[in-house]
Amino acid sequence: MVEEIGTTSEGDLIINVGPQHPATHGVLHLVITLNGETIKKVEPHLGYIHRSIEKMCESLTYRQFIYVTSRMDYLSAHINNHGCALCVEKGLQVEIPARAQVIRVLMDELTRIASHELWWGAMAMDLGAFTPFFHAFRERETINDIMEETCGARLTMNYMVPGGVMQDLHPMFQKRVKDFLVLYKRKIHEYDELLTGNIIFQNRMKGVGMLDPADAISYGCTGPTARGSGVRCDVRKFAPYEVYDKLDFEEVTEQGCDSFARYMVRIREMQQSVRIIEQLIDNIPSGDFQAKTKAVLKLPKGEFYQQVETARGELGIYIVSEGGTTPYRIKFRSPGFSNLSVLDHIARGSKLGDLVAMMGTLDLVIPDIDR
Amino acid sequence: MFVIDYIKEVWRAVKSLATGMRRTLFYFTHHREIITQQYPENRDTLNLPERFKGEVVMPHDEKNEHRCTGCTACELACPNGTIKVITKFDISPEGKKKKAIDKLVYHLELCTMCNLCIEACPSDAIKMAQTFEHSVFDRNQLTKILNNPGSKIMEGVE
Repeated sequence: MVEEIGTTSEGDLIINVGPQHPATHGVLHLVITLNGETIKKVEPHLGYIHRSIEKMCESLTYRQFIYVTSRMDYLSAHINNHGCALCVEKGLQVEIPARAQVIRVLMDELTRIASHELWWGAMAMDLGAFTPFFHAFRERETINDIMEETCGARLTMNYMVPGGVMQDLHPMFQKRVKDFLVLYKRKIHEYDELLTGNIIFQNRMKGVGMLDPADAISYGCTGPTARGSGVRCDVRKFAPYEVYDKLDFEEVTEQGCDSFARYMVRIREMQQSVRIIEQLIDNIPSGDFQAKTKAVLKLPKGEFYQQVETARGELGIYIVSEGGTTPYRIKFRSPGFSNLSVLDHIARGSKLGDLVAMMGTLDLVIPDIDR
Repeated sequence: MFVIDYIKEVWRAVKSLATGMRRTLFYFTHHREIITQQYPENRDTLNLPERFKGEVVMPHDEKNEHRCTGCTACELACPNGTIKVITKFDISPEGKKKKAIDKLVYHLELCTMCNLCIEACPSDAIKMAQTFEHSVFDRNQLTKILNNPGSKIMEGVE
């Protein structure tokens, strides 16, 4: 075991960042080996928020286990629940009503915008810019109000159930979303004015945290982290679920490979989500919002895998069923874990001050990494 | 050339900072654009949507009757063991034994507001209330008995 405070035999300084540190957004513990101001090694220590969600799910039925997954990546709770519901539906082989599919995609995209908004504000705050946080939360608050009205909760909604969604859309939903889109388009230029064009911000982001496309693939990075290096990996494009294959949106990639490219991917992705919502909001088909399913769900014996694109990357849900009412084993492939593992690689050789910028653009959500 | 580039760079930097500062000053002078809510002060006017999941309650009508049959569907649906249904046997006027609830114990401290019990209930006996200020001084107050004392089941609910 490395002595955690002190110096190594070569005279390098070892410092701890976290587990309680404002820039880690959660209980992430980094043990950093420093030579002067240059980072030689970054060791993430996990386990501070491990709740053994995978093990817990083994004792819950197929209806019950979905709510726990909201607590993994709590910023894209809808998308986690969506993936689990899809995986169970794959086993049950039920047909989802068209209305439920569109509602799910709408909720997913609203969640994606809300998640990227929070990331934008929090990352700017890490870099010392305090104002963007409030601007981001103003738009996010509107989405949270929409969620509160339709799903009954602001963060851990538990709205997706096997067979569809739990409740029908609120009568005011369409109007609220349209109001939000108007507000969002009226305010989006502020983001560029406040932060994207800012010279201090650009100098701190450009050329920092270089991640080659080959390394991004070999470390298993997904989502905006990999797309910032030009790797095309959007699950919505290469393995479309629900109605994504009928929608017109582009997969955002940037070629910069640095922190600024990852930043731009997320900013542009929000606009693509707005595009998807605009296509769907006036075309919600009528009909049932939930397919008829049995009161007690039993999956046939076998293995089921479903991948969805969360705001942070590819989330995989793998269920092994023995034919009973509870899963035999569940494995979640969380995007945050792979994205964190690349931190050591991109941080080596750079300065300590840049570490926060790199961690910010990896968009780490610690409960998702630790589960 | 180096000097010109340097001056250009400085000009660009100052301009970008001024752009951001202008946005901040805009909100400094446009108070109507600010949407901050003053929470504890606006308590009287605060309206939560009717679907908001605050806590599980059991509605009673004016005759102190509820709709719960004691089928334990909510207890089985709950992922955390939040609800405990304690049943008893009532003797009807005809002398028949009939199952009814004695107590429906609800542990607010365990509840995650997942709404699964409400979905599972076949007779709409429980619903979500919009309360959210749940802080109490003693944790025993978080364990609630949902049916009123002396209440009985509504006529016609099976």
